[in-house]
Amino acid sequence: MTFKSIGRGLIAFSLPIVFALGTLSFTLNPASALGGFGGGGGGGGYGKTLEEVKDKGYIQCGVSQGLPGFSNPDDAGNWSGIDVEFCNAVAAAVFGDPTKVQFSPLSAKVRFESLRSGEVDLLARNTTWTFDRDVALGLEFVGVNYYDGQGFMVRRNLGVNSAFELNNVSVCTNTGTTTELNAADFFRANKLKYKIVAFEKADEVVAAYDAERCDVYTTDRSGLAAQRTKLANPREHKVLPEIISKEPLGPVVRQGDEQWADVVRWTLNALINAEEMGLTSANISSQKNSDNPKVRRFVGTEGEFGTALGLDDNAWAYNIVEKVGNYGEIYERTVGPKTPLGLSRGANALWTNGGILYAPPLR
Amino acid sequence: MRALWASSKGRGIIYQVLLSTGLVFLILLLVANAFYNMEQRGLKAGFGFLDRSAGFGIVQSLISYDETSSYGRAFVVGLLNTVLIASIGIVLATFLGFMIGIMRLSPNWLVSKLANIYIETFRNIPLLLQILFWYVAVLKPLPAPLDLFKKGESFLLSFNNRGLVFATPVPQASFSLVLWSLFFAVVVSIGWVLYTRWRQKTKGSQLPVGLPCFSLILGLPLAIFFLLGSPLDFTSPVMGRFTYDGGTTVVIEFFALLWALVIYTAAFIAEIVRAGIQGIPYGQSEAAYSLGLKRGQTLKLVTIPQALRIIIPPLTSQYLNLTKNSSLAAAIAYPDLVSVFAGTALNQTGRAIEIMFLTLSVYLSLSLLTSLVMNVYQSHTRLIDR
Repeated sequence: MTFKSIGRGLIAFSLPIVFALGTLSFTLNPASALGGFGGGGGGGGYGKTLEEVKDKGYIQCGVSQGLPGFSNPDDAGNWSGIDVEFCNAVAAAVFGDPTKVQFSPLSAKVRFESLRSGEVDLLARNTTWTFDRDVALGLEFVGVNYYDGQGFMVRRNLGVNSAFELNNVSVCTNTGTTTELNAADFFRANKLKYKIVAFEKADEVVAAYDAERCDVYTTDRSGLAAQRTKLANPREHKVLPEIISKEPLGPVVRQGDEQWADVVRWTLNALINAEEMGLTSANISSQKNSDNPKVRRFVGTEGEFGTALGLDDNAWAYNIVEKVGNYGEIYERTVGPKTPLGLSRGANALWTNGGILYAPPLR
Repeated sequence: MRALWASSKGRGIIYQVLLSTGLVFLILLLVANAFYNMEQRGLKAGFGFLDRSAGFGIVQSLISYDETSSYGRAFVVGLLNTVLIASIGIVLATFLGFMIGIMRLSPNWLVSKLANIYIETFRNIPLLLQILFWYVAVLKPLPAPLDLFKKGESFLLSFNNRGLVFATPVPQASFSLVLWSLFFAVVVSIGWVLYTRWRQKTKGSQLPVGLPCFSLILGLPLAIFFLLGSPLDFTSPVMGRFTYDGGTTVVIEFFALLWALVIYTAAFIAEIVRAGIQGIPYGQSEAAYSLGLKRGQTLKLVTIPQALRIIIPPLTSQYLNLTKNSSLAAAIAYPDLVSVFAGTALNQTGRAIEIMFLTLSVYLSLSLLTSLVMNVYQSHTRLIDR
């Protein structure tokens, strides 16, 4: 390289930087023009998710990569689970058709970025509601669709009866979840020694635990029940009684779009209220002309709740229950005692039945 | 301006200016857009979070680390684990690759075919599948610590499904003498090598190098070690109720990942080595034989130095590939940079942009560093035009 060519190279590189600096001051000011390029292009946008969802004709729903009972694909690629049915319920509210949903399986790691970038409209992915996520990450939790807590699973032949006996153990779990932090807190607080082995996907955690790489498997107790069905001999394992954390799992939307947040929040409230009012997919059509004002508001024959939410149909809640069911029905088909997970209602029963499920009234 | 346009060089400058302006503008647009969108979501950019305490545990760490350490320290732990697997992987893959590559050229039909089958098999299966396969293949047959030891039993060394576990050596004060004797032996060996070279140049006669140097470097420190009465203590791992406690563990995931990366990369290196050697005309060897050089000498002095010129550039890119592929570690829980920092730390802090920026910068720097070292080495071996 000669000096001449170096000089030419310098000119070639310095000129554009001068140009660019000049244009930068220009580009930064009319930032709104840039905003449209990023947020809108991804399908997100603020205050207009509902409009965009209506335009494209379906809801893009972020779910897990496969957690039985919550969101799990079968051999034919059909999704099922409590989170999946929640997405269906939102579609029933918006379109009157629960099938107008497309599912995006997301890893724990990418889920929030996918939501924020507008790749998905709604995240129903067994996600724990925490302060940091709600406040600092630009997310909005709209409620709780499953009250969970973190637990431990061990092999029966170890003869362990309590989590406090777990000193000096190797613990398998997923990366990028609150689970990892809760386990660290539990062992530190109780002065127990442990080694954490963190995998990216749940399937690998199960495989490693099954191969005795770890003595303990920790995740949400619903997750333990679900993953246990994938083990070679589910009966050889047991879940310890201690619950070491609060894990309120709920649907999440982007912060800053209150209208869309309201639609999702009231879909959840409608599911719970329907169970409380005794409305099921089987009986709701006969209740359409009920005299009970509570029921009349619910099915949309009285009041204008649908249009207030920005929906086309005042019978949005009716559509949810008729086409998907109430919370109790969904629970029984996905995670309830008659499913392989076999989880009793516990904290997830209605407040009238000894649980903590309580939805604000629809009025 | 017109004069500038008239010459082909001038037009070249204009094109370059336009292209780089566009490029810089595009980058600035992306950056400004990212900042704008973050601001819209109420997110603040910055690296302040690196000082916050991380709160999660890491299964293997080359420096001291616990849950109260900062995210910054977790970053270093992940980085060191990545460097560890990449550097050991590069050395082993080079050895295995050269061996297979030379086997591939063997006149023996069986040896050459075996090498061929090896190359074709491992080159053509996706690496992630191989990693998962080897992980399970390594994990399944190995016994759990509970099957090996009774409670309270201590042991010096064990390879079980938790990893390679050995008693941690704790040197006593006089151990430094052993290290000094090792240093001395290395210096003397280098002196001996230089002397034999000088002697061969001036007098033409050869003296043995390998055996005396090897026995000096190994023998002298060992002799001093035993003369001093083994000045090294060990803290042994002791079996507890579930698993052992104490000692030093190299996690099993390290071996599974290393094995997979080495096997996979060696298949590519073998082909590069074969191509390099076949790229040297056979006349070169014939000329060497006719000068009276033996087969080994011909390989060492004539064929390989020339073949290296062909081998090194593609070999460099295999080294880079191995380093980058080590980021698949997250699949099998080896705590590398991507798993610890771009995985757990990213999720706990939600600082996607900052963390991905740091992680990308690390891989870029590692790659540029490897390229630099290999380029310097290549400039030593390249043909000098006269």
